[in-house]
Amino acid sequence: MGAVSVHEVSKSYGKTEALKRVSFDADAGEIFGIIGPDGAGKTTLFRILTTLLLPDGGQATVDGADVVKDYKRIRQEIGYMPGRFSLYQDLSVEENLEFFATIFNTTIQENYHLIEDIYKQIEPFKDRKAGKLSGGMKQKLALCCALIHKPRVLFLDEPTTGVDPVSRKEFWDMLAKLREQDISILVSTPYMDEASLCDRIAFIQEGRFLKIDTPAAIISQFGQELWAVEGDDMYTMLLDLRADPRVTSCFTFGESLHVTVREGTTTDQIKTYLTGKGHCNISVKVIEPTIEDCFMQITDDKANG
Amino acid sequence: MKQFTAFVKKEFLHIFRDTRTMLILLGMPVVQIILFGFAITTEVKNIRFAVFDLSRDQTTRQITERLAANRYFTLVADIDSPPEADELMKAGKVSMVVVFDADFNANMLHTGEAAVQLIVDATDPNQATTMTNYATGIITQYLQELSAGSGAGATLVINTETRMLYNPQMEGAYNFVPGVMGLILMLICAMMTSIAIVREKERGSMEVLLASPVRPIFIIIAKAVPYFILSVVNLITILLLSVFVLKVPVAGSLVLIFLGSFLFILMALLLGLLISNIVQTQVAAMLASGMGLMMPTMLLSGMMFPIESMPHILQWISAVMPARWYIELIKKLMIQGVDGIYVMKEFAILALMVAVLLAVSLKTFKKRLE
Repeated sequence: MGAVSVHEVSKSYGKTEALKRVSFDADAGEIFGIIGPDGAGKTTLFRILTTLLLPDGGQATVDGADVVKDYKRIRQEIGYMPGRFSLYQDLSVEENLEFFATIFNTTIQENYHLIEDIYKQIEPFKDRKAGKLSGGMKQKLALCCALIHKPRVLFLDEPTTGVDPVSRKEFWDMLAKLREQDISILVSTPYMDEASLCDRIAFIQEGRFLKIDTPAAIISQFGQELWAVEGDDMYTMLLDLRADPRVTSCFTFGESLHVTVREGTTTDQIKTYLTGKGHCNISVKVIEPTIEDCFMQITDDKANG
Repeated sequence: MKQFTAFVKKEFLHIFRDTRTMLILLGMPVVQIILFGFAITTEVKNIRFAVFDLSRDQTTRQITERLAANRYFTLVADIDSPPEADELMKAGKVSMVVVFDADFNANMLHTGEAAVQLIVDATDPNQATTMTNYATGIITQYLQELSAGSGAGATLVINTETRMLYNPQMEGAYNFVPGVMGLILMLICAMMTSIAIVREKERGSMEVLLASPVRPIFIIIAKAVPYFILSVVNLITILLLSVFVLKVPVAGSLVLIFLGSFLFILMALLLGLLISNIVQTQVAAMLASGMGLMMPTMLLSGMMFPIESMPHILQWISAVMPARWYIELIKKLMIQGVDGIYVMKEFAILALMVAVLLAVSLKTFKKRLE
């Protein structure tokens, strides 16, 4: 049976539709990523699954239990880490962990093996107040607190937002280890680069799921050649490229522009076109698409019909 | 049960680590009792007065001496003309001028009637009334003694006798102690509980707690326990301070005072819970309990202004103020020292309020986020 099963779930706040008939299944023992921009409906979905909100329509089950009828059972079996840091700032690291262990009817000793790898890193600061920890350490502590009772399903709502890149990487390494402990993980993030670390991902935008698949499959479905174009005046270049009818899409992507073109167009043709527009130091390279390119392509397709 | 104790322990840690809040919680009753007891008092002390004596005979001198010897009055000037009185009054040097008519003694002995005029600064009408009462009291007493001694009998002028029941010196502290008790308990229980609960909502930790196996109602009860204990500590502090520092006696049953206080504390805790159910932010909780509870408690419960002299509509509003009934209960028990039977009404009203609030709080309590 799936760890999480969602069928046609909707939720509105007044006139704003936060979720529009969303459906998906996350299998036991997988890391299921929900990727989307802020305000896409990620937190609402998590709150429904953690029994904190009631859906307006549709059904959802977590570990086989209905989120509305069996909410008490779900509350016994899940670990939840909300987006906002929610430990007690005025309690020490150890006091926080002890408190959460107790309210989940367990002790730190009982499940220490589960958090050992993570907790070892913050143990030197166990007498420090949680409010005085760095962002990365706070997240590690919050993860320990969500894990201390060996949940069957772990819900992590934007766990790496506001965390430095090194800590983010460490955090994902930990999630990979937890998967080996047979804990299913549902994680949301606005960072596309983290998507490839999940077993399966779902793109969400404006309360709708655009695509659900493995990262590799999503990339292989990109189906077009992708070019990275660079030059001196990037902004004018973006406008010029978008004006060319041979260019199907063009987005700023870090230091370069990611461009897709109609079939048959060559890099030289584009170079000549740009030189003709007066651009200097032009470079055009063929590159592998990333998850973000796929997301842009999918949302662009949706927007154009 | 282990979960519950862990919760209560956590709440105490929150309170003890926040030294500022701690100071407010435990220091406020002390400060308020002392402020209300000594500084902010309706009692009139150190009345400076001048005498304008047109007869300058034995009787007027003796009355002046009587007044000057009283601990409430201080004689600052002996004047010779009405303009002088006016000047002193305007300069704020005196707040009362005693004017004796010419031939005071002769008039009194021969016609049985003599006139003494009290001119008082009535900027503060309450104070003015108190001053005249004090002064007339002293003068009347003197005249009574005089007539008793001389055997002249009823021929001498005797003013109406006023007797102040329960508070013969009209000590302000008597009135304020029950008021401060109501105010402090309301503040600690309602305001602090609601803020503590809403803080968890605001910080997002309520989400984690709700998604845990702990029953939501336990979360709330655990939050209230430390404030209940603190309230009882404060209750004892206030009672000790008023008995030993302000010398307000506890005339009635201590058991009943505590019983009534427990009922009131329970009511205030429920009010705090109700507020926390409705509002989402700490600021809103503070405003709701501050403006919505404290202000009406101070203004409408009879603590500052007598309920009897309020317009009808305000009297009705004051009837639903729990603090009004609590303050009345404490006044009756502490100062009048009445038996249990006479405070049944107040007990019943408070119990009814607790029942209603309990029902409403449980009804509005959410086991989810909305």
